[in-house]
Amino acid sequence: MVEALLDTLGLTKTVELLSLQPPGWGGNLLRGLANSLQIAFGAFGFGLLIGLGGAYGKLYGGPILRDLLTIYTTVIRAVPELVLILILYYVGTDLINQAASAMGYGRVEISGVAAGIWVLGVVQGAYATEVLRGAIQAIPSGQLEAARAFGMPPLMTLRRVTIPAMMGFATPGLANLWLIATKDTALLAIVGFSELTLETRQAAASTRAYFTFFLAAGALYLIVTLFSGVIFGRIEKWARRGQPSLREGNG
Amino acid sequence: MTAESRQPPAPAPAETAIIVENLHKSFGSLEVLRGVSLTARKGDVVAIIGGSGSGKSTMLRCINFLETPTSGRIVVNDEEIAIRPDGRPANRRQIERIRTRLGMVFQAFNLWTHRTLLENVIEVPVHVLKTPRTQAIARALALLDRVGLADKADTFPAFLSGGQQQRAAIARALAVDPTVMLFDEPTSALDPELVGEVLSVIRDLAAEGRTMLIVTHEMKFAREVADHVVYLHQGRIEEEGPPERVFGAPQSARLRQFLQTVG
Repeated sequence: MVEALLDTLGLTKTVELLSLQPPGWGGNLLRGLANSLQIAFGAFGFGLLIGLGGAYGKLYGGPILRDLLTIYTTVIRAVPELVLILILYYVGTDLINQAASAMGYGRVEISGVAAGIWVLGVVQGAYATEVLRGAIQAIPSGQLEAARAFGMPPLMTLRRVTIPAMMGFATPGLANLWLIATKDTALLAIVGFSELTLETRQAAASTRAYFTFFLAAGALYLIVTLFSGVIFGRIEKWARRGQPSLREGNG
Repeated sequence: MTAESRQPPAPAPAETAIIVENLHKSFGSLEVLRGVSLTARKGDVVAIIGGSGSGKSTMLRCINFLETPTSGRIVVNDEEIAIRPDGRPANRRQIERIRTRLGMVFQAFNLWTHRTLLENVIEVPVHVLKTPRTQAIARALALLDRVGLADKADTFPAFLSGGQQQRAAIARALAVDPTVMLFDEPTSALDPELVGEVLSVIRDLAAEGRTMLIVTHEMKFAREVADHVVYLHQGRIEEEGPPERVFGAPQSARLRQFLQTVG
């Protein structure tokens, strides 16, 4: 019944190609997607940590730290990401290998995932620094002053006041960063990391079914985006729970 | 020029809650406080009045080091705040501990907007003072009830009027069981019809013998609740004394003029 329908639509071949079992390539695509998501998660998280530190450094740090951070955010945001990935990937692996040989070890095999997270995380960190700096500055200063006046130590203020209070301002920017992270993983294909795009290219090249596979990959990226939109929508709603909605007016 | 030098000797040497000695504060080249001294005994209600720019808020904010004094001594509950040569607190833990004993109420309320009123009130007891959560909640509900907001415990501040927010802020300050309460112009940001509800809460606190320093523009209120009134002018104490004398028979020409302009 289903087969007959597929046959009339001329999709039998497509389904075979995308099948999860070999000789279908669907399993490869999903493995690539899993790798992509793993790197995107790691890079986004690493970028958030850098961003929080960077934002604090830019807002409260001394002049030297501020200058260093300005150089970091300016350079990273000025250079095309593809170039950055090549530089950071080869520089990073080269440094590790030099360190390893200096300590008397042989060449180290660097895991693709770790390298991907490091490279994209450094890029994400520069953008996250600016997103979080803006969000922290948008917090009414009285809320931080109240925390100080009641004897809250700095780290507790960060955890209990600054981060929750800035979430509403930061979420839209961070959602953008996350979506960029999911798609930037495709750039890692250039250093031979088998994420979704590279897997797709290999499947397409082996079967000559370029259209089928790139359409399938596009659909997978779209699903990730739609799903992310729902999640970030919830986070934003939660983060803005204390604020009256602009649409409904003040209750 | 401490408060005590001008007041009749107290029947018993009452304990002091706050001593401010020769406080100076400059912002750049602007000298806001030029040597202010003040003593508040336990149970005193001290009203600090003065024109805009007289340094009254700055003085209050120096007591808990929200502003760093340029020089001077501050003693809270017989404990002197240790300062480094540059005037900053020498010991962060000491200043944090002292701050938890000083319940501050701000002009702009400064409630945490991402937390409900109940969460605002239990925040410091639970996280800073490590009070058990259930105990803190029971106390917070009683305090919210006391300021007339029992039914708003689960509401976020942005959905309340200024008067309600300020009463919640007072409950938050009371929740730390403060030895001294600091009010920084608590009614200045309120619509006129909301001032009364906040003042009546503060009046009740005064009646139960709480030590309070109140920076205010409400002269009638100051006269009614204060034991001691301090008039600041251009960073100096121009005149101080019991409210009957400061308001009834002001000595200084500047104070007389000030009282005339504010009505």
